[in-house]
Amino acid sequence: MTSSPVIASLSGVGYAIRGHRVFDGLDLPIARGRVTAIMGPSGTGKTTLLRLLTGQLQPDRGRVEVDGVDLARLGVDALYALRRQMGMLFQNGALLTDIDVYENVAFPLREHTDLPESLIARIVLMKLQAVGLRGAARLMPAELSGGMARRVALARAIVMDPKILIYDEPFAGLDPIAMGVVLRLIRNMNDALGLTSIVVSHDVHEVSQLADQVYLLSEGKVIAAGSPQELHRSTEPMVRQFLTGGEEGPVPFHYPASDYLGQLLGAEVPS
Amino acid sequence: MSLAKDFFGMLAELIRKWGRFSWFAIRLVAVTPRALRKPRWIIEQIHNTGARSLVIIMLSGLFVGMVLGLQGYDLLRRFGSTEALGTAAALGLLRELGPVVTALLFAGRAGTALTSEIGLMSATDQLAAMEMMAVDPVRRVLAPRVLGGIVSMPLLAAIFALLGIFGAYLVGVVMMGVNAGQFWSQMRASVELHDVTEGVMKSIAFGVACSAIAVFEGYHAVPTAEGVGQATTRTVVVSSVAVLVLDYMLTAALL
Repeated sequence: MTSSPVIASLSGVGYAIRGHRVFDGLDLPIARGRVTAIMGPSGTGKTTLLRLLTGQLQPDRGRVEVDGVDLARLGVDALYALRRQMGMLFQNGALLTDIDVYENVAFPLREHTDLPESLIARIVLMKLQAVGLRGAARLMPAELSGGMARRVALARAIVMDPKILIYDEPFAGLDPIAMGVVLRLIRNMNDALGLTSIVVSHDVHEVSQLADQVYLLSEGKVIAAGSPQELHRSTEPMVRQFLTGGEEGPVPFHYPASDYLGQLLGAEVPS
Repeated sequence: MSLAKDFFGMLAELIRKWGRFSWFAIRLVAVTPRALRKPRWIIEQIHNTGARSLVIIMLSGLFVGMVLGLQGYDLLRRFGSTEALGTAAALGLLRELGPVVTALLFAGRAGTALTSEIGLMSATDQLAAMEMMAVDPVRRVLAPRVLGGIVSMPLLAAIFALLGIFGAYLVGVVMMGVNAGQFWSQMRASVELHDVTEGVMKSIAFGVACSAIAVFEGYHAVPTAEGVGQATTRTVVVSSVAVLVLDYMLTAALL
């Protein structure tokens, strides 16, 4: 097994959706054992990046490597085998709604192993205990709050003991308490289980507390990289606007439109 | 000019859709052997699509049979052969009405449920989450539903035909006074095994078509509320037309 400091990387990746260039020569190495955050304004292709990293999408050019393997060279079975080493937390949890919390966490075990029921029960209860929801084992997903659903999804994501955990917007739509809980969980999981964590988010405050390394994306490129402290010291206008949430800056508040006065005087209905 | 353009555009769209459906069907067939190894998932789906459609199937079967009894009695009375009512009702139900009406009701009751369930699973990332857990949703979610539909359909059609014959008996014998002995003995004398197998084969074909269309529409639905709604409508329309077209082709081939 390789033990290079880089566990996954995108190099020279280009990707377009229906003629629109999302990425153009993107380079992004991810360090083993660290929490790496990928930030950027909405619509910069953060979710697309995750899908490239998990092999759900194929880049038009460039390479995506995980654990030293080029994803483009893998067949479906090998890709599925690789994904067992990756856990992913979707934005809303993506729990299976027709089975309860316990069965959701047990789902990957039942699919991929022939473990006896008593062992499955022990593993599931341990993972649920780790996210503080052992008592909620028999609740249905519809009975959970947003933060609880995400914690159950986290328990499910770690049940196969992955090497890499990927979080898509883990803080979106959570109240401050749930946000703090999820934040500490991500950090603790990463350090206690020796994982590599990749967090896609635009919550500047949370990411600053959590991440070891931050990549700031804009218009398909990495425009800044470094520790949160380094980014906060940056004088780059784009970085400043993103970190301080300024309305004025390189990212305009207004969507491109025709002349305001002219449109009002002419009172034309936008076509 | 624009009419021709529209026509060719529609034709191209139709061919594209047919290509996508064929590709999807091949994927379904390819994962079927692995899906068959977990019979529990298929049994669950037989319960969902089959057992839960029982009430509507039984009620419809009874009334269709009663109408057959009334119409058949009126028609046969003109020829003075009302004792043939049992044969007429049984043949009509076993060969045509049972499989076809069951399939149309199935498309409306179970097909729509399948489409919206799978469409919503996709809209809430549940299918993507399965892929990330290295579980193929086509094998785990879609194939058991299609197999469940294929098993359910002939069983439902048989129950439909059974209740239909009972309905015809109620109207013909109990209400109109046809001789019960003649009703049953004529039916037993003239209904042959191939009449039954024709109905069963049709049902199986409709089961394949209806469930495959329903899961296809759900799987390819645009993952929004509107998209899932449209996909559900398309399931009913496409399945119904497919059943009627298939029925003609199978009848022509099996007669």
